[in-house]
Formats: sequence, structure tokens, C-alpha cells
Amino acid sequence: MNPLQTLRVALRALVRNKLRSFLTTLGIVIGVGAVIAMVAIGEGARTQVEAQFAAMGTSLLILLPGSSSAGGARGGFGSQPTLTWDDLKAIRTELPAVRAAAPTLGTVSVLMSEDQNWTTRITGTTPDYFDIRSWPASRGALFTTSDVEAGNKVVVLGQTVVDQLYGPSADPVGQTVRIRNIPFVVVGVAAKKGQSPMGQDYDDAAFLPVSTYLAKIQGGLQKFIGGQVMIGATSPADTQRAEAEVTTLLRDRHHIPPGGDDDFSIRNLAELAAAQEEGTKTLTTLLASIAAVSLLVGGIGIMNIMLVSVTERTREIGLRLAVGARPRDILAQFLAEAVVLSVIGGFIGIAVGLGLATWLASRFGWAVVVRPDVIALSVGFSAFVGIAFGLYPARKASQLDPIEALRYE
Amino acid sequence: MAGAPLIRLEGLEKLYKLGDVEVHALHGVSLELERGSFVAVMGASGSGKSTLMNVMGCLDRPTKGRYLLDGDDVSRLTPTALSRVRNRLLGFVFQSFNLLTRTSAVENVELPLLYAGVGSRERKQRAIAALGRVGLGDRLANHPNQLSGGQQQRVAIARAIVNGPRLLLADEPTGNLDSRTSLEVMALLQELWRGGLTVVLVTHEADIAAHAARVIVMKDGRVQSDTPQQPAPARPPEKAAS
Repeated sequence: MNPLQTLRVALRALVRNKLRSFLTTLGIVIGVGAVIAMVAIGEGARTQVEAQFAAMGTSLLILLPGSSSAGGARGGFGSQPTLTWDDLKAIRTELPAVRAAAPTLGTVSVLMSEDQNWTTRITGTTPDYFDIRSWPASRGALFTTSDVEAGNKVVVLGQTVVDQLYGPSADPVGQTVRIRNIPFVVVGVAAKKGQSPMGQDYDDAAFLPVSTYLAKIQGGLQKFIGGQVMIGATSPADTQRAEAEVTTLLRDRHHIPPGGDDDFSIRNLAELAAAQEEGTKTLTTLLASIAAVSLLVGGIGIMNIMLVSVTERTREIGLRLAVGARPRDILAQFLAEAVVLSVIGGFIGIAVGLGLATWLASRFGWAVVVRPDVIALSVGFSAFVGIAFGLYPARKASQLDPIEALRYE
Repeated sequence: MAGAPLIRLEGLEKLYKLGDVEVHALHGVSLELERGSFVAVMGASGSGKSTLMNVMGCLDRPTKGRYLLDGDDVSRLTPTALSRVRNRLLGFVFQSFNLLTRTSAVENVELPLLYAGVGSRERKQRAIAALGRVGLGDRLANHPNQLSGGQQQRVAIARAIVNGPRLLLADEPTGNLDSRTSLEVMALLQELWRGGLTVVLVTHEADIAAHAARVIVMKDGRVQSDTPQQPAPARPPEKAAS
């Protein structure tokens, strides 16, 4: 018999026992469906985390000044200003792996529009900041280098601040807001960015040129930077190199001897992102392996039913042998039955898995990502399950003695 | 090969081991069956008639001795080679019909041709023709459970002859049938025999064996007697009799 005929014989035998075939398939349906849905959920979570870190800015380093030490009580990083404006200039201009660097000086203050007020974080910075964080304006424009040089009293608002002061659909460009009673002209609105991985609202913020901030908010230019420096590497892959370059440069500039402690600290967000991603990967693996167990159980179910089927159809096997089926025809038929069951189960499982993923996505607002390679893998695996668990019953069937089989009651 | 007998058995022995006890199911059986013969094999249970039938049907191999079927020694073939011999040269009819359930008469009859690698159209044509020969040309699509016992056995006979076998082996073909239907089936076997087919019939009923042209009686694994006879015509008795 050729493979096509074998397949037809197997299909006919399965159709003869519709209910049993369906129930046998169910194990595989649930297994494959679970694998696809679980992986979709895990992947969705991973993509969401990735998107959050992307919103923070890729290839990002945060440079903090050193810690103070007074009377044995050591302050945290940033408590002692050790970074100078000249350090910043050197970082910006001398290091090949650094694309841009921007100071961020911050405080919390009240912003007042004509008839509303809102307390938010105010950050003094340079246009490089928006570049490093890949943060465009949704209305108007971001302030420019000339604004910084001239110390113009302009402000860029985050969307949340706009919502609070003017309402969600209003265009505040050209309006005046007062900060500490000083009027600032709104030149632009920063595009909505969402939440940080820790749940902080990026859009609840206002940005001033750093020179204006120093002159009007902080009160006078100082030698040290009273905040942090954000550094963008030339590419995500260069983040590590940029970190090393900055470290070497600052140790040199601050005359720290070999073996001495750094008087600054660098946070590498790419590492944080990688750690987070590792976590969600573990989650995906866990979910997928639980689902894989159910696939295995489905396979055992197929073996179980195939064994029952071989016993129940002993006389049929005997007859087929008597009229000229070779042992290998019998083997092929029962193997084909097992594989057809598991592959059909696999395809139904895909539909169930996709349906479940879609439902979860809409019901709970979870991000789900369906990966085609997982679908292909599931079908391949279910076919493998069919062969692996169908082989034993099929061998048993093919090795039956025709006389015994024909006499079987 | 015109003169050679269809079946030639030379000193067949068959030993079974049941635990420590050895059972001699066949104890030196030598026989010749000419083409076109109609032989009934009789004997009590345990006489070796079923074993003889299984060996002749290539379902079992003898422990010793030779079995020449159509001139070829088939006593030492592998299970796969025996499958081919059964498929091409033999047809089987069983006491319990052994039809596939939930499968139409035509598909049941097609089965041997499927394993012979015959294409689906030719399979169907030949199956329909075979069913026509057994008088079931109007029951092609019926499933076994829609047919009477006699009809089911006729489907089984159609299946046995569809591949054009040299030898038809019938193992208690009337065992599950009433006497009237038994006669119908015997009439059909006689008709096939008159058409040139060699038929071997295993039975323990003397009145069924009476329809054959030669009766072999087995006892303790040996041929006890081997007698030619005038076959009794198998005409169903008139209904009015009782």
C-alpha cells in the first residue's frame, strides 16, 4: 500500500469511531492550545517590559555625583556634588562612545496657568536630553540650544501637566505659566511617553533650559552640577564601552589614584533592562513547560486509546493480515491513525490557543504576542507525540499472529 | 505445470509447546489436491483439522515437512512473503464472517485488492462484479448490520474470490447459519467450484461435508480416511415442508 492509501484507510477507521477519535484528540488540543496561549502571554509580558525600557531611552547611562561622608554617616550617591560643568563638557566632547550628554537638575514646584495650578517635577536640562531619551514634541517645539545659551524663559510641558492645567485637548503653545511667580512661555508639549518600569509617570513633568533653571529656580551658577547627567551611548551595544570611557575620564579628571573609590556612580539601564527581560523569559519558560506537560499527557492519552483500539480491533487486524496485509501495512495504518489524531489535535489546538490568547488580551488587557515559530513547533511536536506514542501500539498490532487474532473474542 | 497438483503436502508435522507438554497437532500429513477439487476436511476438535487449514492457508508454518502450493514451496517463507501468497493465491471464508463493521459491502470486498495495490476505480469495479456473482448486486452500499447472516457470509465469499484466488478456504462457513441459509451458502460454494475454483471446506457436520466431492477425516494429527464421493446437491428444501 502506498502512503496515501494508508492515510485513507487510517482516516476511514477514525471516522468509524468519531466520538472516540474526538476524545483522544482532546488531550492534544488542550496541550497545544495551552502551549500557544501560555507562550503568547509570556511573550506579551516580555514585549511590554521591552517597550517600557525603550520609553526610558535605549543605550542610556545615568551619572550620579559621589556620596558625602560627615561624622561617619555616609550619604547616598548624589549627596555630594562632585561633578563639574567642565566634566560634562569633557564627557560630551572627548569620548568616542558617547553620542550626547545632558545635565538634569530637578526640583518639585507649582506651575500656575491662568486659572489652574499643578505641582510637578521641574527639570533644567539641554536639548540633548530629549535626543538621548528619543522624546519628540507632540505640539509646538522643544527648546533649542540658543534658548539655553540665551537663558530664555521658555518651558516644555509633559502631557499630564497639560491635561491638569488646560485639559486634554487644549493646545497650550504660546500660553504663559508661572513658576515661582516668574512667567514662562510654553513652547511645546513633549509627546506622551507613559510609565517607567517602576510605575512613575514620565509625562508628569516640565522642562526648562538648564541656564534658565540655574538663574531663576536654583539661584546662580555654581561650579558643581547639582543633579545628574544623562549620557547616551552611540548605540545600545556601545553602552558598556561608554560606561568604561566615562569612568576612566572622570577618575583621571578627579585625580583618583588606582585602587581609590570612585567619587561618582554610573547606572547602566541596559543592564537593568536585561535583568528584567531575563525575568520575563523565565516566566515564559515556566508557562511553556507547564503547557508542555499537558501535551505529554495528551500523548499518553493517545497511546492509551490506541492500545485499547488495537485490542478491540484484534479480529480486524487478523482479517487484514489474512487477506494479504503485510505486518508493515498494519504498522503503518495504526501509526497513521495516531499521527492523524495528534496532528488534527494540533491544528484544533492552534485555533483554541489563538482564541484563548485573544480573549485574555481583550478581557484582562494583557499584551499577547503570537509567535509563528511556536505554532510550527507545536504542530511538529504534536506529530512527534503521535509517532512516539503511536509506535508501541502500532508495533503491537503488526506483530499479532493472524491465527490468534482471528480467533480473538 | 499443468499436471502438477495445486497443493502437495509432504510429511507435515506441527508441534506446539504448551508449557512443558508438546502437542503434535499434525503428525505426518501427506496429501495432494488437484486443481478444481472440492474437499471437505472433517474431524473432532483437537484432530488437527484447524491446524491443517491454517497451514494450507499460509497463516501458519509447519514445523517439519514441505508444502508446495501451485508448485512453489511456501513452508519456509517469512510472514511478509506469506502475506503476499495469501493476497494473490488464497481466499478465506470464516465461521464468523469477519466483515469490517460500519463499512459498506463494496468496501469490505475491496479489502484484498487494497493490499494488492489495485487502483481505486478497478477495485470498485471488481468488488461490484464479485458481489454480483454471489447475488448481492443490489446490496452494494449496505453495512454488515443491515444484512442477514446469509448475506453477510455471501459478502465474505465475494471478498474471498475478488482477487481471483487459486484456492478458497472455508472454515466452518455454515457454523453461524441456520440450516436453510447453510444450504444457500453451500450451493454458492458448489457453483464456484463448478466454475473451476478449488475449494477446501473445514467442518464437523457430516451433512455439510456431503456437498463436497472428497472427504478427508483427521484424527490425532493424522489423516484417518480420504474418500471421494458424489457431492450431494445443495438445494434448499421447500418451505411448505414444515
